[in-house]
Amino acid sequence: MSARKKPPEVKKRPGEGVSRRGFIRDVGLGTGALSVAVAPAALAAPSTLAGPGPVPITLTVNGKQHKLELEPRVTLLDALRNYLDYTGAKRVCDRGTCGACTVLVDGKAVYACSVLAIEVQGKNIQTVEGLPLSPQPDPLIRAFVNNDALQCGFCTPGFVMAAKAFLAENPNPTMEQIKRAFGGNLCRCGCYNGIRSAILEAARSAQGGGKNA
Amino acid sequence: MPDYSWPAPEKRRVFGRRVNRVDGLVKASGRAKYAYDIKRPGMLHAAVVVCPYAHARIRSIDTSAAEKMKGVAAVHIFDGSAPGTEVLWAGYEIAAVAAETEELARDAARAIRVEYEILPHFVNEADLSRVGARGKPAGERITGDPDQAFKSADVVSEGVYGCPVVCHLTWETHGQVIEWKGDQIEYWPTTQSVSSIGAELAKALGVPPANVHVMQEHMGIGYGSKFSPDRWGIACAKLARQTGRPVKLFLPRDVEQQIAGNRPSHYARIRLAAKKDGTIIGWESQSWSTGGMTGGGAPPIPYVYTNIPNVRINHTAVQVNAGPQRAWRAPNHPQASYLTCCAIDDLAHRLGMDPLEVFKKNADYTARPEVYRSQLDKAAELIGWKKLWHPRGDKTPGRIKRGLGIGVGTWGGAGHLSNCRCNIHPDGRVEVELGSQDIGTGTRTVIAMTAAETLGLPVGAIQVKIGDNRYPFSGTSGGSTTVGGVSSATRKATMNALEKLFERVAPKLGVKPEELEAVNGQIQVKGNPKKALAWKAACNLLGSDKISEMGQNDPKNPMGLNTGGVGGVQMADVSVDIETGIVRMNRLVVVQDCGLIINPKTAESQCYGAAHLSICAALYEERIMDDITGRMLNPDMEFYKVAGNPDIGEIIVHLDNRPEHDKRGVIGLGEPPVVPGIAAIANAVTNAIGVRVPFVPMTPDKVLAALEGRTA
Repeated sequence: MSARKKPPEVKKRPGEGVSRRGFIRDVGLGTGALSVAVAPAALAAPSTLAGPGPVPITLTVNGKQHKLELEPRVTLLDALRNYLDYTGAKRVCDRGTCGACTVLVDGKAVYACSVLAIEVQGKNIQTVEGLPLSPQPDPLIRAFVNNDALQCGFCTPGFVMAAKAFLAENPNPTMEQIKRAFGGNLCRCGCYNGIRSAILEAARSAQGGGKNA
Repeated sequence: MPDYSWPAPEKRRVFGRRVNRVDGLVKASGRAKYAYDIKRPGMLHAAVVVCPYAHARIRSIDTSAAEKMKGVAAVHIFDGSAPGTEVLWAGYEIAAVAAETEELARDAARAIRVEYEILPHFVNEADLSRVGARGKPAGERITGDPDQAFKSADVVSEGVYGCPVVCHLTWETHGQVIEWKGDQIEYWPTTQSVSSIGAELAKALGVPPANVHVMQEHMGIGYGSKFSPDRWGIACAKLARQTGRPVKLFLPRDVEQQIAGNRPSHYARIRLAAKKDGTIIGWESQSWSTGGMTGGGAPPIPYVYTNIPNVRINHTAVQVNAGPQRAWRAPNHPQASYLTCCAIDDLAHRLGMDPLEVFKKNADYTARPEVYRSQLDKAAELIGWKKLWHPRGDKTPGRIKRGLGIGVGTWGGAGHLSNCRCNIHPDGRVEVELGSQDIGTGTRTVIAMTAAETLGLPVGAIQVKIGDNRYPFSGTSGGSTTVGGVSSATRKATMNALEKLFERVAPKLGVKPEELEAVNGQIQVKGNPKKALAWKAACNLLGSDKISEMGQNDPKNPMGLNTGGVGGVQMADVSVDIETGIVRMNRLVVVQDCGLIINPKTAESQCYGAAHLSICAALYEERIMDDITGRMLNPDMEFYKVAGNPDIGEIIVHLDNRPEHDKRGVIGLGEPPVVPGIAAIANAVTNAIGVRVPFVPMTPDKVLAALEGRTA
C-alpha cells in the first residue's frame, strides 16, 4: 500500500487555493472543484523589518539546509535558481500564472515566483531535484517519460511537482477528473494528452492497479 | 558505396517502435540544463532597458546614476540606439546593465534616464478602411477570367475573416550566457541554429567564426523565433568582454512578447463563385496583414485548392508600430488555411451542401487529390461526421449548441543539409555527432534510433552528441527539415562506419565483408546468427584504432531517404454556450500524411502539440494593441491567454503512413499539423451557432456579437 502521508494542514487565508488564472476560468466555466490548489505559502507576521540589504536566510531544500545572504525581496524561485543551483523550477511567466516554477512547501504546491524566500524559512521546500532519478526514477518521472508527457521539457518539472501535490490529495483520480485538473500549469508544446496519461499511470502504479482502471 | 536506403518495413527492428525520448528522464527530473539554467563562476546578471513608446526619437540617454550604483559592473548602449535614433516599436532595446545580482541589475536599469521625443504611431490593422498611408498595396494578380466566372456562377458567397498577430511565447525566453576566454567566446544560447549562430555572433563582434564555441544541450521552444544571436546576444557579448566576466542576459517575458518575434496577422474579404453542383469556378480576395513595420506578406491563398481556374488576388501590407514578425511554425500557412477553408465552408452553406462534399468535390484543384479525398474520409469517419453533422445552426433546444468543422493543410518538410560523424570505439561504444539541436521535437531520439537500426544495437547503446558547433555542421531547425536531414546523415555515417567494421570482422569469420550484417547486437553472416561475433568482440578487433566515418544529407540528392510534401485534414467538434459565448472543445481529429515514421510516439506528440496550438489561436491567443498608447496591453501570461489542460478537450491523432507514404522516405512533421486546426474550429463554431464569427480568437465577446449580428 502507499506510504503516502496526508500533507500537514495549512491554515488558508482568504484567496488561497485559487490561482488567478484558475479563478478566471472557474468563474467562467464552473469547473473549479478539481483544479490543483497552487497557493502562496501562509505568511507569518514579521516581528521585525528586514532589509533592504542582504539578510541571513536559511532555506531547507530537499532536506538540506542552505545558509544564504539574500535581500528580502528575492523570490523563492530566484533563490533556488540564482543563489543555489536548483534550476529544475523554471522562470516562465514570473508572475504566478504558468506553474513552471511549482515546488512544494510543506507538501503544498506553490508558485516559487510568487513567494519570497524569506517567507519560507523553516519550511520544508521540495523541488523536482528531490525526486529520485537513479537507480530507479520516481514513478511520476517515469510515467511522464513513458507517456511522452513532455517535448521541450521546460514546463515539465513544474507539472511533475503539481502532479505530486495533486496525487497526494487525489490518490486515485479518474481520467475525467484529471482532464479537468491542472489549470494552474501551462504547457506551450501541448503535451496535455501525455500528461493526463502519465498522471493516471502514476496513480495506478501507486495504487497497485487502481480502482478507476 | 553501400545501399543507404531504409530497410523494408518488415525488416525494421527499431523504426516504428514507440521509443521513449532518450532525454526524457533528464528533462522530467529537472536535471536538464537549458541556457537559462547556466551558471558560471563569477557570472554577472544583465537587465535591459527598452523603449516604452511605439514611435519616438531618442533624445538623450543618461547612464551616470546607474554606473555609480553598488554592484554594477558595466552599462552598455545597444548598437543602433544612440541618441537621435528613431524608434519604431515599443520594447526596442536601448541599454543593458550587468551587475552582481539580477536584483541589482534591474535597479540599475531603472536608474537609466532616457528622454524621448514622442512621435505619432499606428498599431491596429484589423480595419482596412483605417490604415490610410500605412497600407501598401502589393498589386493585383489575375489568373484566368474571374469576371466571367463570377458572371456565370450559379452561386456567389462572400465573407470577411481574420487572424490577429500572435506571439511565439517561447517558454524559455530569449537570451544567453556568454564568457570570453582571451579571444575565444563560450556561448550558451537558446537557439534553433547551433551550427550557424556562432558565426553570426562572430561576424557582429568582428572575431573569426572559429573563436565562438556554441553549446546547447536543451532548449525551451523556438517556433521559428530563435535563429539569430539578436541584438541582445551582441549586447551580452560586449558586456562580457567589457567586464571580463561571464554575463547572463535573458529578456523578461513582457519584452520577449513585444520584440522577439510574432506571427503576422492575416485578414481577407473573399468571394467565391461556384456551380450548383458545388464546383468552385472563381476566387476573389482582398487580403491585408501586418508583421510590424515591414508590413505583412501576402498569404498563400487560395490555399491547398491552388488550381482554382479563375482568380483575382489583391493584398495590402500594413505597417504598424509593433515588434517585427519572425517565422512562426509553418509561416503563413495556418492563416491561409483559415481564410480559405472558412470561405469554402461559407460557400457550402450558400449552396445548401454538406461542406465535406464541397471540400471533396473540389479536391482536383489540390496538388494531391487522392490524398485529400482519403484524408477527408478518414477524418469524417473518426469524428462521426455522418452521424453528427447538421446544416448550419444546431436546432436542438437548450443553450449549448454543437457543431463540426473542417480544415486542410499542406507543407514541405524535406531534409536540410546535415553532416554526421559516427565513431565506433574498440570497446564497443558508439557515438554519433551532429551540430544539430533537439528543440523538443525528439531529434536526439530519432538520431539514436537511426543509428540503432543501422548498427543492430539497442537504442540505449548509442551516444548521441548534438548541441555543439564543434560537431559536424547540421542545418537549422526550421521548416520541419531536421528529421529528414539528421536521420539521412546518420544513416549514411553509421553505414559507412559499419562497412569499415565489416572489413575487420570478415577475415575472422572467413567471409567477405559484403556477406555480413549487423543485427541483434552482433555482426553475423547474413541469415546465419550462429556464425557471428558479438558487437563488443567485433569492436575489440579494432585494437587501438576507432572507426570514424562521416555521412551527409545533401538536399539536392537525398537518395530517397527523405522527401517533402504532405497533406493534412483536421475536423473539430465544439460546443458553444449561446448565453455566455464560451466555446468548449469536444474533440479535434488530426489526420496527417507523413512519410516513413521513425518514432510513432514522438511523431504523435508533434500532432498533439500542434493541435493544441490551433486551439490556442482559435479560441484564446492574440496580441492586443492599444490605439491610444501604442502599447501591447497583454505582454504577460495572465491576459495573453493560451489553452490549459481543461481547455483542449480530446485530441485524436491518425498518422497516415500507408505503404505509399512510407516508401517516400522521412518527411518533417513539426509544422504540417499546426496548419488546419484553426479553420476546423472556426467552421465548427459556425456550424454550431449558425453564424460566422469572423475573427479569431473566438472569445465570448466575439461569439455573442456574432449571435446578435453586431460587429465585434
